[in-house]
Amino acid sequence: MARQRSRLFVMATLFASTALLVSACSDNEPDPNAEIGPDPKLPDQSQYLIPPMHIAKVVGWKDGKVPTVASGLEVKALASGLQHPRSVYTLPNGDILAVESVAPPEVSAKRPKDLIMGIVQSFATGGTGSSGKSNRITLLRDADGDGTAEIQDVFLDHLNSPFGVVLVGNDLYVANTDAVVRYAYTPGETKITEPGTVLTDLPGGPIDHHWTKSMTASADGSLLYVGVGSNSNITENGIQAEKDRAAIWEIDRQTGMHRVFASGLRNPNGLSIEPQTKALWTVVNERDELGPNLVPDYMTSVREGGFYGWPYSYYGQHVDPRVMPQRPDLVAKAIVPDYALSSHVAPLGMAFSNGTSLPEEYRSGAFVGEHGSWNRNAFNGYKVIFVPFSEGRPSGAPKDVVSGFLNDQEQAQGRPVGVTLDKTGALLIADDVGNKVWRVTAKP
Amino acid sequence: MIPVEASIPIYKPSLRSIPLHFSAACFIGALFTDTAYWQTAEMTWANFSAWLLAAGLVTGGVALLAGLVDLARGRFRFAGLASALYVLGGIAIFAISFVNALIHSRDAWTSVVPLGLALSIVAFVLIVVVSICGSITERRFARGY
Repeated sequence: MARQRSRLFVMATLFASTALLVSACSDNEPDPNAEIGPDPKLPDQSQYLIPPMHIAKVVGWKDGKVPTVASGLEVKALASGLQHPRSVYTLPNGDILAVESVAPPEVSAKRPKDLIMGIVQSFATGGTGSSGKSNRITLLRDADGDGTAEIQDVFLDHLNSPFGVVLVGNDLYVANTDAVVRYAYTPGETKITEPGTVLTDLPGGPIDHHWTKSMTASADGSLLYVGVGSNSNITENGIQAEKDRAAIWEIDRQTGMHRVFASGLRNPNGLSIEPQTKALWTVVNERDELGPNLVPDYMTSVREGGFYGWPYSYYGQHVDPRVMPQRPDLVAKAIVPDYALSSHVAPLGMAFSNGTSLPEEYRSGAFVGEHGSWNRNAFNGYKVIFVPFSEGRPSGAPKDVVSGFLNDQEQAQGRPVGVTLDKTGALLIADDVGNKVWRVTAKP
Repeated sequence: MIPVEASIPIYKPSLRSIPLHFSAACFIGALFTDTAYWQTAEMTWANFSAWLLAAGLVTGGVALLAGLVDLARGRFRFAGLASALYVLGGIAIFAISFVNALIHSRDAWTSVVPLGLALSIVAFVLIVVVSICGSITERRFARGY
């Protein structure tokens, strides 16, 4: 009898502790829209026993489904059947380069968490049927202007997890995850066969946590800016792994010499020159696992020599307790970014809208591709927004331009990444799990 | 020479003994690596702790199953306070170390300091207590009560 009672007690204890753990991860999440704009409301930090790992399962676009666009717009696939397209770039003759890219191979797990995260992520990205060759650039040409590319050919092959691409004169620069490579480009050509030359090596593996190297050129074309993301969420791979990372590099296009232009930017992407002020802007993915509404991702102008907080603090002087040793000297000079985009939305692309053929309300501002959240239970992001600008600064609330990447069962039909305008001023969106490039135009 | 008669009872070793000791060694090891991380802020030590806790939980789970087999085969009997503390303490160590493994899955400093290190200390103290209770239980089992 006594034996039975104590066994029951043991079972009850185990059940109770499990229930406690489960309830701890389904807290009510406050509205993430309170943290959009220049002055976001930042809640208190909370650290998890089990962080939310909620990624939308990928199902792809079935039965001719398309994303939802704002009124006055329409959307059509410029190209389909791509292999994980992550950014799009328009050449002067109107050809589109779609950069298809997959993450470099993971290093061996450093701790049990890496194994578990790997399993969760493979669940989310599996089932798309896109296991073909990637890490290349495909050229899309819509010569007859019907909104569908007739030519869809491999333009550059055998790249190393490429992301950024920019043409200056007849020099085409590709930012692989480990180097900026220069190729000679002849206008009108549909394939580059000559090997490129390495302009500058970039921080790549063996650990290569944030691997996308976004790139743009300065207004006069003499410099390249490259976003180099951090090598961890919050220095858990050791501070040594962060050398020259979480930064925007400035590279001299002639010599390949580089310096850190700005730092403390955890994962900067969508590097773009604001057309009016010629200032460099970026969207940044902020840190995870401090709560569903921390830390808001943001867009910001980038000051030369500026320090934006990572890893020591965020939004100025909000110190992150997970970093040791701390650096009060750096925290003191951390710059508050210009415009918060809400937490965990994962902005990976940005394009200024000047010259767009979309309706009047989109003529001055920036489109931002939000890849979508994993570190909160309620999804956030998974859409393309428009942030209006005036006098070279954000001037109002964002507007959803393209949504519906999640279906009504909250499965991912696609996820937006890079954005740009084509030669006609239409908005192009790289959809990496939908394997398409979408083209958004004004409704006639 | 006068012949002396003596009886030496020989018992089959318990099934749980080996995994239980491995498990305890892992949890004690995690206290040392946690302490090293606390002193150096060198992530390698925190990673060691995370693996040690995971290994301790796996071997601890094996020990729990083996303990149930021992119970079923009569190789373990509940008798007195010591044996109750031995079982409950063992389960408490497992539960605390499970929570500790979750704490250790956080990133960087707060994966260890202060809560992870504190739980490793609690687990260590419980291991000492449970070891004493365990040897009392075994001695009583050997004497047949």
